[in-house]
Amino acid sequence: MQSQREYVLRTVEERGVRFVQLWFTDVLGTPKSFSITPAELENALDEGMTFDGSAIDGFSRVQESDVLAKPDPKTFQILPLGVGRQDGSVSSVARVFCDILNLDGSPFEGCPRHVLRRALERARARGFAFYAAPEIEYFYFADGDGSLTPKPLDGGSYFELTVADLSSDLRKRTVLTLEDMGIPVEYAQHEDAPSQHEIDLRYTDALTMADTIMTVRLVVKEIASERGVYASFMPKPLSGVQGSGMHTHFSLFEGEKNVFSDDGDEHGLSTLGRHFIAGVLEHAPEITAVTNQWVNSYKRLVAGYEAPIYVSWAYNNRSALIRVPIAKKGRPESTRIEYRSPDPACNPYLAFALVLAAGLRGMEKGYELQPEASSNLFLLTPEELASEGIRPLPKSLADALQVMERSELVAETLGEHVFEWFLRNKRAEWEAYTREVTPYEISRYLPSL
Amino acid sequence: MEPLAVFPDPPSRWLSRALASAGYPYEPVAGAAEVERCEPAEGWAGAVVEMGTDGAGISLCRALRKREEQVSPVLVAVTDDQLAELDFDEGLFDDFVLVGSAALEVEARLAQLFRRLRRGTEHEIIQYGPLALNLATYQAALDGRPLDLTYMEYELLRFLAAHPGKVFTREALLQRVWGYEYFGGARTVDVHVRRLRAKLGEEHAHLIETVRSVGYRFGSVRWLPEGRVSDWQS
Repeated sequence: MQSQREYVLRTVEERGVRFVQLWFTDVLGTPKSFSITPAELENALDEGMTFDGSAIDGFSRVQESDVLAKPDPKTFQILPLGVGRQDGSVSSVARVFCDILNLDGSPFEGCPRHVLRRALERARARGFAFYAAPEIEYFYFADGDGSLTPKPLDGGSYFELTVADLSSDLRKRTVLTLEDMGIPVEYAQHEDAPSQHEIDLRYTDALTMADTIMTVRLVVKEIASERGVYASFMPKPLSGVQGSGMHTHFSLFEGEKNVFSDDGDEHGLSTLGRHFIAGVLEHAPEITAVTNQWVNSYKRLVAGYEAPIYVSWAYNNRSALIRVPIAKKGRPESTRIEYRSPDPACNPYLAFALVLAAGLRGMEKGYELQPEASSNLFLLTPEELASEGIRPLPKSLADALQVMERSELVAETLGEHVFEWFLRNKRAEWEAYTREVTPYEISRYLPSL
Repeated sequence: MEPLAVFPDPPSRWLSRALASAGYPYEPVAGAAEVERCEPAEGWAGAVVEMGTDGAGISLCRALRKREEQVSPVLVAVTDDQLAELDFDEGLFDDFVLVGSAALEVEARLAQLFRRLRRGTEHEIIQYGPLALNLATYQAALDGRPLDLTYMEYELLRFLAAHPGKVFTREALLQRVWGYEYFGGARTVDVHVRRLRAKLGEEHAHLIETVRSVGYRFGSVRWLPEGRVSDWQS
């Protein structure tokens, strides 16, 4: 701890850093930040910075609203030019992720980082380390004006080679900036829908990855806005084309050994791996309100757009909720599962904590894995699905909240504070939505009724 | 003169005799906590640590290095069969002496260390081709351009660059660099190597080489001394 602190202070001094941004995340996954000067940094590292949490979603409590933001010195990073600096100044700016603490120094129950940390610690107590690698999809639009239909920048489609087109240029600059920040990108490509792009990250431990996702969202948006473009992680911004998902690959290691891998198995998948998948599937409906937390998230989870709608798994079937990619020959360490429901507008800290908890529960209780979904699930009738014992994912935020509310696993993993606040906040969102008369209804009903 | 911190408490008979005959004042300490508690107002003059076999010795060395007020010099006493392991822990002490060495040798080594460290106030620099690490300021530069590293990236690069040409397993790196205080497990090493390579950029990413099914190696063994950097580059 001492030398990390020393490293941060020394670097700030040597590099002439003028401002340090303290980053943290509210319960809904919205990035929050305030800046401090180098003079305040030493105290912030030792004692944390006090601020009024009542204005932050999910931080408010009845009696006491002050909390502490305590920088995690491991995450200290000087930001590349242009990131985190609206005024375009060239002086050095750094960021550091914070844990939120109560004034007495104990972890604050509303802090999403704390929720994930606690879940990871439970896994570590059993010898496991949990890794995540997301595929983040998003759109570029001409502007972010909420009153208009969003305008895509291009008409490109999957893997299309578009010459000198603005959005590909933006994606390229984003990737380079991320690499400069030590965030290796596995692939970046144009996706199916117009102006839709995807950035796949190389795996890291789940806590680092959740921090990284927050960083990526910011970098994508800022680089777009420098060029007067608006980048959006909204799950389904355009009807009639694919939405944006955040398929995430997960693996579990015990030391150097991949827990999901078994050379003796035909598909290289271990028994523990099967139990883990069974656990995630068993609890999938309960955690969907978190992996897909907006009214709009459920406009993505519909048939016909490669998004999962049934609780199912398969080795190579992209309609399934969990896909188990076949590990490359001789690389058993790459065995992993791909969870395909989350969208890039979720809170990654909470989502990862829940997937891990569900999987571990499956391993603990030895849940039996249902048979692999062999056919294209989208083509089956409801009767056929029922006879195969395949359950649907929740169809709306209201459905998802109802299932989540009864989940012991979710309550235990999120903790009472986050669990209660989340349900209350999301119910209010659903209530507000049901009161709205939408353009769809006007165009559909007004002319004829 | 301020006393030396001596570990363990009590030190072996061999060591207490050697120190007594060398005439240095010393204070036995049982661990890192006592180093803090019993520290004289002017700070310790240095430390002598008997490595022992249970790992407590090397943990103490690590704790000494992590302190804000560094204790130096640190002299470690090891047995014959511990000599091979010393390479790995190089950064954690300033010199070593074999358990059982003559009292005069212990005295000479301490005297030598005091002389060297009093005088040597220049910053220590590790240089390898285009890469330079300033250990005093924690700054790394590539072709003179500063690298923006996180703490663990810096620590990993420093460790690797201090042992060019040597292959380390993930476990070894995890133990030497992280000290196991981390969530990630052994895969963490891969993650950080990738992050470092991304920051080194395509041109220099190869400085850290993957040695298949073993681990990682930084640079090559046949690295030439500093004066010949330009030869090597051409």
